[in-house]
Amino acid sequence: MLDWMINNPVPSALLVLAALSLSFGAILGFAAVKYKVEGDPLVEQIDALLPQTQCGQCGHPGCKPYAQAIADGEAINHCPPGGQATINNLASLLGVEAPSLDAEHGQAPEVKQVAYIREEDCIGCTKCIQACPVDAILGAQKKMHTVIESECTGCDLCVEPCPVDCIDLLPVKEGVKEWAWEKPDAHLIATDRAHSPNSAQASV
Amino acid sequence: MTSHTIWEVPGGIHPPENKAQSMAQALVECPLAPEYILPLNQHIGAPSAPLVSVGQAVKKYQLIADAEGIFSAALHAPTSGTVSAIEERLIAHPSGLSAPCIVITPDGLDHACSLEPCEQPFELDHASIVTKIRNAGLIGMGGAGFPSAVKLNPHTNTPINTLIINGTECEPYITADDMLMQTQASELLEGVRLLAHTLGNPANVLIGVEDNKPDAIAALQEAAHTANQRHNCDINVVSFPTKYPSGGEKQLIYILTGQEVDSGKIPASMGIVVQNVGTAVAAWRAVRYGEPLIERITTVVGESLQVQRNMRVRIGTPMNFVLEQNGFMASQSARLIVGGPMMGYALEQTCVPVIKTTNCLLAPSHSEMPEAPPQQACIRCGHCAEACPAGLLPQQLYWYARSDEHEKLEAHHLFDCIECGACSYVCPSSIPLVQYYRAAKGDIRKTAEDKLKSDKARERFEHRQERLAKEEAAKEAKRQARKAAAELNKAKMAAQQAVGAVSPPPAAPANTTANHDPSAPVIPAIASAEELVANAATAAKAQQDPTLDKARLSRTVESLVSSIERLKAQMAEATTEGLEASRIEKMAAKLKQTELKAQEAQAKLDAFDKTLAAGSQVDAAAQKMMASPNAAAEKTLNSLQKRLSKAQELHLDAVNENKPSADALKQGVIKLEQKIEEAKQALNEAQSTASSSNSSSSEPQKPDAAAAAIERAKQKVQAAASMTPEQKAHAAVESLQKRLAKAQERYTKAQETHDENVEAFAIGVEKLELKLKAAMEAQKEGSEQA
Repeated sequence: MLDWMINNPVPSALLVLAALSLSFGAILGFAAVKYKVEGDPLVEQIDALLPQTQCGQCGHPGCKPYAQAIADGEAINHCPPGGQATINNLASLLGVEAPSLDAEHGQAPEVKQVAYIREEDCIGCTKCIQACPVDAILGAQKKMHTVIESECTGCDLCVEPCPVDCIDLLPVKEGVKEWAWEKPDAHLIATDRAHSPNSAQASV
Repeated sequence: MTSHTIWEVPGGIHPPENKAQSMAQALVECPLAPEYILPLNQHIGAPSAPLVSVGQAVKKYQLIADAEGIFSAALHAPTSGTVSAIEERLIAHPSGLSAPCIVITPDGLDHACSLEPCEQPFELDHASIVTKIRNAGLIGMGGAGFPSAVKLNPHTNTPINTLIINGTECEPYITADDMLMQTQASELLEGVRLLAHTLGNPANVLIGVEDNKPDAIAALQEAAHTANQRHNCDINVVSFPTKYPSGGEKQLIYILTGQEVDSGKIPASMGIVVQNVGTAVAAWRAVRYGEPLIERITTVVGESLQVQRNMRVRIGTPMNFVLEQNGFMASQSARLIVGGPMMGYALEQTCVPVIKTTNCLLAPSHSEMPEAPPQQACIRCGHCAEACPAGLLPQQLYWYARSDEHEKLEAHHLFDCIECGACSYVCPSSIPLVQYYRAAKGDIRKTAEDKLKSDKARERFEHRQERLAKEEAAKEAKRQARKAAAELNKAKMAAQQAVGAVSPPPAAPANTTANHDPSAPVIPAIASAEELVANAATAAKAQQDPTLDKARLSRTVESLVSSIERLKAQMAEATTEGLEASRIEKMAAKLKQTELKAQEAQAKLDAFDKTLAAGSQVDAAAQKMMASPNAAAEKTLNSLQKRLSKAQELHLDAVNENKPSADALKQGVIKLEQKIEEAKQALNEAQSTASSSNSSSSEPQKPDAAAAAIERAKQKVQAAASMTPEQKAHAAVESLQKRLAKAQERYTKAQETHDENVEAFAIGVEKLELKLKAAMEAQKEGSEQA
């Protein structure tokens, strides 16, 4: 055997390589079956970055389906509630350039909103309850409905179905606890100061 | 007096002290204000819960709001009077926002309610002292406002070995603690002894004071000497070189003990408790005299005041009233700062109240504190890193804060920043570094909160989807069960007919005749139908998640099979190696058991497969049903017609008998006729769509309200994106008009049918009209501008 290998170096090398590749292939194949991950981990990761408003503005019925669509190659800039921050996060996750928000799907909301039902006008039709994707509306047939504010994502899907138009989207009230300092205006330099909006107001 | 080793903190700065102005005058009492505003959340933690109602008379020291949970503090009336309001008022906060407050209008009499003094406070046990301190509403008076009772009740495994009393007061301008130490030195020492007693008499009791307060140090040393001699204790007054910010909790601990508190840990985990001098005095008064915290010493200073001094101010006094007492000249004031010039914040309104943590009101003139020069580019000089007392890299933090790199900020320990402002102070480009860090901290906290909220929303969304699927499956299963039952009935009827046709006396027992009768094939038919029903029922049960169950079953089978194989191999090995017979026997028994188990599981799995197949049959049937809307429409039409004939009969009866309900019945008949008309139309439509697009209608399209709304919203948004503002306004008006028309239609319908919600519909119409008007005006304005 050894003599044959010494006498025929090329075929024996090929044989050894073939044997190696076969064994590694077998190990890899076994690992692929044994350590198979259930579901698509990428979809989960993408879904974790989406804002979970379930508003459908991206054209998918919920955030998870959009995450699936992104994993399948859809553009990452179709989510207005997430805004640029979500796009940036998705871009860094997927290793692509971050595009700006696609205006076709709407503008990023300036302030957070929650739905509010004018309770004296509500007739108890339950249409909004059926439309709410996160079960944030409480009520029953012929009974007044109300929105659980802490659970509402402000997706505005309940406004359209209301027959008496008693649902408004109101900006979330900011209390002392929610308040945070703002970043200073970094673009102001000494020569800008004379033209800055503050000084302009002061001089008028 | 033993000398004490001093460690030096890294970094730090030496800003102008400006402490002489306010120390020139004696401490005075602030007169009664016309109104007291008491915010419910002056401390870290949950807001207190009000105990009084509007209009109620209160006395000085009376409890007006109680602590809500452990991390909270009680609140007491600063004087006698009536509660004039419990409402949102502007408070001293950098946001300039309002928060719930209790407002008291004093009656000028200053009647106090009776207090509970304690002659022998050192004989009380730990729990009762902590309770007394808690009931007095004590919080850290140094600035952070941490509830004192919580700090005195540390839940750590380390016993407390060091009590540090913080009399550093390192920030410029502020002299409130200095004044307190000079005027109330003996009371302070009693307070220190009491706190030490509460904490189980730690070995080291240190009072730390910066060496720029010689009078305070002298007073304290004298008082400490007396106390040490009289009570045989060892309280040490330690003075150390002045440097900002030595008064930070972690910095002071390092100066006095040389120990560093780990990032994210509290000093109590190292056996150290730090309390402010003001807190120590308040604790003494609370326990010894039963006096709740209703006043504090506040430094009122700045060049826009005629008198600069320290004042004893009741909690809740409006700041503008305090300033008036000192000859405030609004025209000369640059701004009003709460706290010192380094860590304080500017106020936009002066009508906010003094709270338990307000140690200084700074009203500088324009020349004294000019506006910060504009920020310039960072020149990477590194002065900020030298000045940072926490050993951070301010420059790196600045870059990361500017570009919102939260992960890197956290990796560079942003949350260990104490926001002392030393870096901003030394920055030659006058970059407001601390503002960047504060903003970044807020951003990171907000992001974390949003993440929590979105996780919750995801969970709710998924639960909802699951619930809807389950409901749908349950409905489907019920439908199938009904269908199967109907078939069974049919089969039974057929069987009876068949039996009846062959042997006229049906009473003959079926099982005896079964072998020879022509009705024999009918019996298996019944049996099979019954089986079908049973299958459907199991399918309905399995519907909850058949695939999951199946996967689980097949997994068990697999694992059992593999363990059988393993056991066999082991047995073979054992026999070849010649192990003891008993062990081999044991193994054989185990193997048999496992094999039995495996068989059982396999049988289960097979049965399951069968039910699954039944389930899929059921599904197919259901899809077929849904695929033909014709059938559904026909069904409704049939049932409606039946109802109509019944209603007509009833009506005729009523008319014949001259019943008063005849009219109502007639209306019912008319309505039913209308409905039939509609159903017929629907049927026609269904037929036409079915014939025109057979392929599309074969897909079961669910009328999901949410999906429809999403579709509509999507279209709307798409349309809106490509429009100019003018067009947008126009579209808005149009859509509103449409909605109005719809609403009006609904309203008239409701009127005709005397719906009980007529009013609600009317209001809806009115509101829409208003909205339409507003939209039209906006459109007009828009076009005028254009």
